Amino acid sequence: MAKMSDGAAVVPPPGVRTAGAARRRLRRFDLKVSPYAYVAPFFLIFIAFGLFPLGYTAYVSLTDRNLLSPTWHFVGLHNYAQLIHDSYFWNAVENTLGIWVISTLPQLILALLLAHLLNTGLRARTLFRAAVLLPQVTSLVAVALIFAQLFGHDYGLVNYVLGLFGIHHVYWEAGRLSSWIALSVMVMWRWTGYNALIYLAAMQAIPDDLYEAAAIDGARPFRQFLHVTVPMLRPTIIFTVIVSTIGGLQLFTEPYLFEPLRQGATGGSDRQYQTVAMYLYEKAFASSEFKFGYASAIAWCLFLLIAVISAVNFLVIRRIRSAE
Amino acid sequence: MSTLAYRRPRGRFLARRFRRAGIGTYLVLLLFAVGSIFPLYWSLVVASHDNSAVAAYPPVLTPGHELWHNITRLFNSGEVNVSFWSALLNSAIVATVVTAAVVFFSILAGFAFAKLQFRGRRALMLTIVATMLVPVQLGVIPLYIEMIHLHWVNRLPAVIAPNLVTAFGVFLMRQYIVAAVPNDLIDASRVDGCHTARVFWHVVLPAVRPAAAVLGLLTFMNTWNDFFWPLIVLSPRNPTVQVAVSTLASGYVQDYALVLTGTFISILPLLAVFLVLGKQIIGGIMQGAVKG
Repeated sequence: MAKMSDGAAVVPPPGVRTAGAARRRLRRFDLKVSPYAYVAPFFLIFIAFGLFPLGYTAYVSLTDRNLLSPTWHFVGLHNYAQLIHDSYFWNAVENTLGIWVISTLPQLILALLLAHLLNTGLRARTLFRAAVLLPQVTSLVAVALIFAQLFGHDYGLVNYVLGLFGIHHVYWEAGRLSSWIALSVMVMWRWTGYNALIYLAAMQAIPDDLYEAAAIDGARPFRQFLHVTVPMLRPTIIFTVIVSTIGGLQLFTEPYLFEPLRQGATGGSDRQYQTVAMYLYEKAFASSEFKFGYASAIAWCLFLLIAVISAVNFLVIRRIRSAE
Repeated sequence: MSTLAYRRPRGRFLARRFRRAGIGTYLVLLLFAVGSIFPLYWSLVVASHDNSAVAAYPPVLTPGHELWHNITRLFNSGEVNVSFWSALLNSAIVATVVTAAVVFFSILAGFAFAKLQFRGRRALMLTIVATMLVPVQLGVIPLYIEMIHLHWVNRLPAVIAPNLVTAFGVFLMRQYIVAAVPNDLIDASRVDGCHTARVFWHVVLPAVRPAAAVLGLLTFMNTWNDFFWPLIVLSPRNPTVQVAVSTLASGYVQDYALVLTGTFISILPLLAVFLVLGKQIIGGIMQGAVKG
């Protein structure tokens, strides 16, 4: 633009000049202001339905608000004080952590193994990748209902197969550990393939000379896997651990539908597999009390739990790296 | 001697790169594949038999001939406790609207964060990345209160509005646009007199199609599969397909054939999408992993 006006020998008539000025102003306006118009829709909607509710949860948790009464009072930290002595809450925390540990650890190890196997010169490579990703496409509701049938007491396929090995029918829903195992199997089934593909992508980005160097040092494939592949995957492993922490600690659908007929947020007759998210749902929406204040306090504690455990994971995994 | 010592590891390195999969590898992978597919296959098996087949000993492992019969029972809403047609229609509407909105808003914001200069850009982008780690679901109670005020409880806007944008979408599109749209191209079109909207329309939109397709697919699947929030804010009288299936399962008769027919129908659209576009979905997840 500047060059063109320099080169112009003829002075433009006044009308044209003002039109040019107007255009320049428009252009400056376009460059300065229009970027905000592009990000505004995202932020407006996100604040209205994402951030604001999350923040407002903190306020509601300080009140005795419920769905039914139009008035409520500020009660300070009363809900939290009550929550600390609520054995059902601690039971839910224990269940959530238990299911999370026994689903995440084997899942990520299996995913690493699977990725390692997929990272070879395979025939029908896409077919294998698609097969292990298939569970990810399946809805949580479908996973829960299909597995609830498979883990059925009398006619379930799992008990049938165990029976072939002489193990007597397990009542999966009834026991604490057995229900945790069944639920972990559901979680693992849905997520192992997905995590394996993420590891696979990261494995393919590892430069070959690292393996070459390891081979020169006489490292056999297994040691190469342990000392080259795994350390190089550490950022990816941190990523998957944090993602499964956030998802796993909010576990709801699988346990909610584990006993389809009894569908309820209590998580079994003795609350043996009630998770924190289910307890939140029970207090806010499923019991007759509709305790919004109390449930909001649960939500914030769950949030805190997720943050703390993510941070611990992060530190532990980083620590392993520096120890090596 | 020295050349020999050099050559051996080099041979090994080549062996890794083009490492042929042995029979053991294939066997283990086959096991994984069968394990992944079997539960879905099993739902088809149960759905295609009379309910009494569930109790058969030893179990029936092949599909039967009752699938059509079970489907007609399912859609004949006199027999079941929920209208499956309206559930499918509701889910189709919700997932379509949400997908279109997420893709469009993500490209808009992603473009601004990738290519436009403005005050607060860095801070706003950091906010978006941070919110990706925040479990927004924990705000369900105030969200429900909002829905009461908007009179949206039991209505579709309640499950559409909160999902119209995702932080992940903006992040993904920003990453893609940074790499896929050259700055020179944008500068050139600006010199040609394009204002920002024209740059967006004629330069950015055509370039982001592959990433937009992946984002659209993932969003559609997530929305179709969403359960927690629809369960809270919708009722079985106006459900999405996931709420309908869970309502079906809560029916008083233990009719596994019917329940798993509903389940199978509910995953069928996604299975179809996956069969056609599986390769893109795999590519999208793996690319996201490297960039994320």
